[in-house]
Amino acid sequence: MMTIFISRFLKHFIVASLLICTGVTNSFAQTEEVSATPTDFSGLVLQLATGSLSERAETVKKLAALKDNRSTVIITALEQGNLYFDSITNKVGIKDESGNFSDAITLSAVSSDISNFKKIPVNNSLRNQLRSLLSQLNLSSEDEAIRLSAVKRLLADGLDEDSAVIIEKQSASEKNKTIKSAMTIALALYQLKNTDEKIRIKAVDQLRGSLEPEARSALTETSTTDESEAVRNTAISALKSIENTVTYYRFSESIFFGLSLGSVLLLSAIGLAITFGVMGVINMAHGELMMIGAYTTWVIQQIFPNQIAYSLLIAIPTAFLVAGAVGVVIERGVIRFLYGRPLETLLATFGLSLILQQAARSIFTPLNRAVSLPEWMSGSMVINPVLSITYNRLYILIFGILVFVLLQLILKKTSLGLKVRAVSQNRTMARAVGVRASWVDALTFGLGSGIAGIAGVALSQLTNVGPNLGQAYLIDSFMVVVFGGVGNLWGTLVGAMGLGIINKFLEPYAGAVLAKVLVLVLLILFIQKKPKGMFPQKGRAAAD
Amino acid sequence: MLIKRLLLNDRGGAIVLALIALMMIIVPISNLVLPTSSPLHLSTFTVTLLGKFLCYALLALSVDLIWGYCGILSLGQGAFFSLGGYAMGMYLMRQIGARGQYGNPELPDFMVFLNWDHLPWYWLGFDSFGFALLMVVLVPGLLAFVFGWLTFRSRVTGVYFSIITQALTYALMLAFFRNEMGFGGNNGLTDFKDIIGHPISADSTRIALFLCSGAALMIAYIVCRYIVTSRFGRIVISIRDAESRTRFCGYKVESYKLWIFVFSSVLAGIAGALYVPQVGIINPGEFSPLNSIELVVWVATGGRGTLFGAIVGAFTVNYGKTLFTSYSPETWLFALGALFVIVTLVLPKGLVGLFGRVKKSESAHEAIDNENLATPEIGAAKIAEEK
Repeated sequence: MMTIFISRFLKHFIVASLLICTGVTNSFAQTEEVSATPTDFSGLVLQLATGSLSERAETVKKLAALKDNRSTVIITALEQGNLYFDSITNKVGIKDESGNFSDAITLSAVSSDISNFKKIPVNNSLRNQLRSLLSQLNLSSEDEAIRLSAVKRLLADGLDEDSAVIIEKQSASEKNKTIKSAMTIALALYQLKNTDEKIRIKAVDQLRGSLEPEARSALTETSTTDESEAVRNTAISALKSIENTVTYYRFSESIFFGLSLGSVLLLSAIGLAITFGVMGVINMAHGELMMIGAYTTWVIQQIFPNQIAYSLLIAIPTAFLVAGAVGVVIERGVIRFLYGRPLETLLATFGLSLILQQAARSIFTPLNRAVSLPEWMSGSMVINPVLSITYNRLYILIFGILVFVLLQLILKKTSLGLKVRAVSQNRTMARAVGVRASWVDALTFGLGSGIAGIAGVALSQLTNVGPNLGQAYLIDSFMVVVFGGVGNLWGTLVGAMGLGIINKFLEPYAGAVLAKVLVLVLLILFIQKKPKGMFPQKGRAAAD
Repeated sequence: MLIKRLLLNDRGGAIVLALIALMMIIVPISNLVLPTSSPLHLSTFTVTLLGKFLCYALLALSVDLIWGYCGILSLGQGAFFSLGGYAMGMYLMRQIGARGQYGNPELPDFMVFLNWDHLPWYWLGFDSFGFALLMVVLVPGLLAFVFGWLTFRSRVTGVYFSIITQALTYALMLAFFRNEMGFGGNNGLTDFKDIIGHPISADSTRIALFLCSGAALMIAYIVCRYIVTSRFGRIVISIRDAESRTRFCGYKVESYKLWIFVFSSVLAGIAGALYVPQVGIINPGEFSPLNSIELVVWVATGGRGTLFGAIVGAFTVNYGKTLFTSYSPETWLFALGALFVIVTLVLPKGLVGLFGRVKKSESAHEAIDNENLATPEIGAAKIAEEK
């Protein structure tokens, strides 16, 4: 301590004597100007840079009081240790992330020599003051996002006397509801420490129903440590009401995750529902058709690296066409020789799945490829501190339902759909009235495969793309079709969503792996009751 | 009479059995008696490989019994194989005793690693070889019984049954991957030291295991042959060709299916138990659905519904796999995939059928029979047409 003091004293002494010796009068004048207490912005900034640590706190407060937009920038820079001072040119500079300096007063880039810039030191207590000062500054900002983040920061750090006063003042004039409620909570948290019991009870009441983690932890603490029993009891009941709300939102979250998993299952099973349900063909290469769709997305993204948002839109029809074409080739080349022999079809298509997998491994290497998310699909929608919904899952849910509706329309409203249903119900009769059954078979299989390709596009937005991508979903998709009932798309929808939700609700209790095992066991038991699924096909088509 | 019924009318089976017997004589002599320098000497590695193939053949036999004769395509046969393997593995783990990494006389290494302080109840008794053998038979048999009872009773047939069995083995794989299950998790059971007092890596033990596998395969073949030629077997075949009709004739189709399924899974369990000491490891990967479906292709390649075809198929495909994986591993999956397609499209009767095509069948009756065997659905349709 003593040595620092001495060395600092010596430094000042030497600088002073040097100045005297050189006899540069204008530099003297400048020091004079700094030592006086200036009130304009540039003067205050200079004083901030040259004054002692203890003076700095005062200067910062004055700077903040100026209501100049630039003060926020400077205080932020000071707090993060990015404020520099060049004692030769008397310039204050702000260092940005890339190491470039900009002038603190004009905010223009510094092009001259920057080697003399020295960091303006701050200590911990100053840093704390700076932080609360910054939040106060931001609280009165015009921008709502800045105000909100300032309140959030105060919530996390806790209020001191000054900020409490400011918040109280600001919350009266605040119009934005979210910000206002956050302010109320921050204030209530501060009031929990008040000596007056009544104020404490009032604060607890205000925290009731708040989902902020800080509010919950403060209430938990109050409910056990507060000296007044009345406060403790209120806190306990408030906590209980919060827990109920949290449980409710957790429940909604599980439902959402379940639906999200369900939508993935729906997308992967719906193509299968067509080939398996409508045509009675077991296609074990279905997962690999999804893989083809996912790789198509990746390839298109490689072709248009700068247009990620559009490349996804191009990828959907392309994946449909590519996977559909592969499907038609499979149908014409293998499956049509095996109609009426489902077990053989199963084996042959499994062989095809092995070939396709190995082909993907040879072409794209066994490494997983990451498909980047377009901007509008990344991030999440924050509903409250407990519940947030990621956009990619939300869009895939919507997309899954869209595909489902589209497919229903194709099957119910188009001439192709009519023919498909006719052939699946009674092949001989359909041919007798002039339907080209073999042509319908190929198109139906192509349609189912194309939808698998689309499912692959959706999957590529959730996981990495690799040769084993489809395999993981194959058994699950079969489960969905078996659960929902063969030959009924509504069954597939209900089956997929049902299995997704059951899975997600079991997960917290049993863990992800065991949940899956339990679902499989439940399904086996379910088939005892309803061997043909939830929505069995009725009438002649059911008898095979 | 019995011998005639079992073997004389089954020339292919007799040839295959003779070949296995010949192998069981030549291999031990070549490995133990001939000096290492002799060109006819078989390394212990080859002996183990052949022993492995014998286990696979036994497994394929169990698949052919239910698929070829009862029309039940199980894609979960590997689960019973693995369960038998795990039962044997647990016995072998207990034999390690204090020789493990951690030197704990009571607990296997992975349990010490998980900080468990005592053996879970389901490990009790596995220090006795007799108990382990009992479990090798009981565990797969019991699972097959419960599972079969549930599924056959609710008349889950055809592809539905295939998918459910695939889900079964998938579920078991996921479960066995969990460390908390107490079966070694991902790594499975390994690092075995000895079996009934003999060091497991010794040449003589290897030969003994090889001979056991061969003997088990031959006995299993004869028993299977006995079953399919018995009255029970005839009903099973009629279930394959016309399930509803058999039911209307007053037979309890479910019970027939259930018993043949249980017997087949016990065979698979025994194959697994013989397999584990030879390869020295059992892990959850054995449960993977791919393994189960691959072994169906062995049977299809050899020729289903012939029993000996399964053995031929298991040897051929696995020999091919060994060759491929040592020369160019990438192409193996292409070859296997192509095999699936070719066998189903071009060779519905498998390799055995290929011989049959060259050498005309002896009687017209048998020809029809074979045709029905190859494609049961069409066979059933033919019967319906004849009506």
